[in-house]
Amino acid sequence: MSTTDYAYVRTEMADEVPPPASEVGVLGWLHKNLFSSWSNTLLTLIGIYIVWLLVPPVIEFAFVNAVWTGENREACLAPPDSNVHMGACWAYVKAYLPQFIYGRYPDAERWRVNLVFFLFAIGLVPMLMPRVPFKRANIIYMLGAFPVVGFILLTGGDFDLSGFVFSESTASFWIEYLILTVVLAGVAFGIAKAGATDPKPMVISVLAGMAVIAAVLFLVSVDFGLAVVETEVWGGLLVTLVIAITGIVASLPLGIAFALGRRSKLPIIRLVSIIFIEFWRGVPLITVLFMSSVMLPLFLPEGVTFDKLLRALIGVALFAAAYMAEVVRGGLQAIPKGQYEGAQALGLGYWKMMGLIVLPQALKLVIPGIVNTFIGLFKDTTLVLIIGLFDLLGQVQSSYTDPTWSTPTQSHTGYMFAALVFWVFCFSMSRYSIYMEKRLHTGHRR
Amino acid sequence: MAVQHTAPAESARASLFYDPKIRGIFFQLLLIAALIFFGYQIVTNTVANLERQNIASGFAFLDTTAGFGIIQSLIEYSEESSYGRGLVVGFLNTLLVAFIGIILATVLGFVIGIARLSQNWVISRIAYVYIEIIRNIPLLLQIFFWYFAVLRAVPNPRDSIELPGSIFVNNRGVFAPRPVFESGSGLAGIALLVAIAAVFFIKNWAHRRQETTGQQFPVFWTAVGLIVGLPLIGLIVTGFPVGVDYPALKGFNFVGGVKVTPEFMALLLALSIYTASFIAEIVRAGILAVSHGQTEAAHALGIRNGPTLRLVIIPQAMRVIIPPLTSQYLNLTKNSSLAVAIAYPDLVSVGGTILNQTGQAIEIIGIWMVVYLSLSLLTSAFMNWYNQRMALVER
Repeated sequence: MSTTDYAYVRTEMADEVPPPASEVGVLGWLHKNLFSSWSNTLLTLIGIYIVWLLVPPVIEFAFVNAVWTGENREACLAPPDSNVHMGACWAYVKAYLPQFIYGRYPDAERWRVNLVFFLFAIGLVPMLMPRVPFKRANIIYMLGAFPVVGFILLTGGDFDLSGFVFSESTASFWIEYLILTVVLAGVAFGIAKAGATDPKPMVISVLAGMAVIAAVLFLVSVDFGLAVVETEVWGGLLVTLVIAITGIVASLPLGIAFALGRRSKLPIIRLVSIIFIEFWRGVPLITVLFMSSVMLPLFLPEGVTFDKLLRALIGVALFAAAYMAEVVRGGLQAIPKGQYEGAQALGLGYWKMMGLIVLPQALKLVIPGIVNTFIGLFKDTTLVLIIGLFDLLGQVQSSYTDPTWSTPTQSHTGYMFAALVFWVFCFSMSRYSIYMEKRLHTGHRR
Repeated sequence: MAVQHTAPAESARASLFYDPKIRGIFFQLLLIAALIFFGYQIVTNTVANLERQNIASGFAFLDTTAGFGIIQSLIEYSEESSYGRGLVVGFLNTLLVAFIGIILATVLGFVIGIARLSQNWVISRIAYVYIEIIRNIPLLLQIFFWYFAVLRAVPNPRDSIELPGSIFVNNRGVFAPRPVFESGSGLAGIALLVAIAAVFFIKNWAHRRQETTGQQFPVFWTAVGLIVGLPLIGLIVTGFPVGVDYPALKGFNFVGGVKVTPEFMALLLALSIYTASFIAEIVRAGILAVSHGQTEAAHALGIRNGPTLRLVIIPQAMRVIIPPLTSQYLNLTKNSSLAVAIAYPDLVSVGGTILNQTGQAIEIIGIWMVVYLSLSLLTSAFMNWYNQRMALVER
């Protein structure tokens, strides 16, 4: 055997040739993404034309021709006999900014709103950052302490408990409350006895619950020396945030409850849940708000009145709860049956199975849906202006009646400002949900 | 040796309470009792409140003369008409804006959803920016913007903007010429019906022929030719018995032609632009859900890009798209109730006026709820049927 020396086979590597200029770098990118074919080039040109049509006028309006300072409408009016197109009148937004944020909340008391915003922010920011410790304390603060403090600060507290339910005076209210506590503890004791279990933990949990409610009621009824601010004068961003946040906080547990109810094996509970969910989902929010503002007073006994804002809150919360229930139900259905069976095999009861095994997985799966519902709810808060509450959009809309600032560009400027505020809130919510989704996407990663 | 487990004596007494079946019945009975109590409270309170306010309940008020005008109505309506007829007008207006809105939103949404997936960087960026801006701004704000900032800001009738084809735009609305069908134009109508029937027949025939022989037939162009051609022939034969009613400025406003109110335009624009941004995301998700292997397999079979999209990708994507698309259609219909904010006379807006005049809150809100609920149920029933037809048939 001999090795033949094939002269036509290369023995050394050829030098690397740089890729063609049309495939790499800026040029390559341009070629690949913009001008790969005739049709693609045409699309690019059309796209650039659309951008050219839309963007320069908006920038011109919002920045170049905009008026940033001024005392009244004169500043934002084009000089007479000239063809100058005036831009956005930001001076008007600046002048109206306090109204857009607080509504007609009294000037002297606005520090309370600011304090509530601040308290909310210091609770929210660490809660959103996964690395910050003390999550449990944080949640207790956000769901327990903050709502009470915020409520007292915003309304002024000093509630008259004597008007509550049946009592005639504050003293009699507390006596009745004590009697109710004793009765409830007795019932708990009886149930525990009938179940042949130790009655102590049950009675203690009832007493603890009643004590917490009593503490909240007491705090609300104490006069801290804050001036009472009726909800009629609330407005602007304050109302938007109050409705959105209360709606979000109330709709999540309600929605989970109805989702569990709809998946329950008990026929009546299932039926009631289905009717509730389908009813609220089938009607527009406006009719719900009309219902809560016009019909709810009819349902209440004579003499009992509800605050207008509170009525809107109830409507919004129930409406959002129905949507939330469907989102959560989707998550519950996505959990494999093995998880339920595994939990049951471990001897867990219904609530422990749901609370410890199923819901944590299900809620994780539907985070995008939950946040979408939150975003929808946030946008829907604007609808309260139809029943006469002044949220941010309502304040902007009502500011147009003021002749001091009435110019042709006023409405454009106002809507631009409101749109920007809403957009920032909604967009950051959706970005945060994408971030959380990625972070929690642990189990199903491939 | 097997160990016999003996239960302690007390648990025999407790077992009744811990039996899940009995506990279930107990809690359900509790729920029923609570609901009955709640309902009873509501009914008695309402009856008492109504008596105190001297409001007679019942639907008798529907026959009373309304006494208010409605700016846009599909059926004959005047101030002498009854409240009931006013509600019907409102309902038809709701249907009109929802129907046209759904068509526009679907077209726009599909275009933008596909643009979002385009290879072309500029186009996909534009679609992305559109979606992210529009869907994060409240719909009511957009309606206000279109109504107060755009359509109310156009010139008054004297300085109308004139578009080609005698279309006038001013702050009272958009005015366009209206074709007037005189006697004899019935033939063209019959020709149109014949053309449509023929197209259906040809489509079936072409399908059968392709199944058996593999030969294709240009169905689309034949259809266009028939639907345009036959009525045209009909018109030529009868000597063009169609006149045109042009809008003309008389006094302070335009008379004649078709008038589209700014309220309708604003609501329609806002609804379809807003909903399109959601539909675009649904379309994108649907197309992405079809695995890339399907495209590759189609290309391997020698199918070109266009037919691949039309025959392979879209039919599969539709399965994913239809359920969320249905709920967007429902949302659009329900959102059309925001009309009340700019006084477009839809069901809620007209109902609100009647509510203010008569105080029949329960009846009006009841009518709203029933109408919207049945619209919702009807749409979802239809879509479920369609969804079942389109669903993947597995073993």
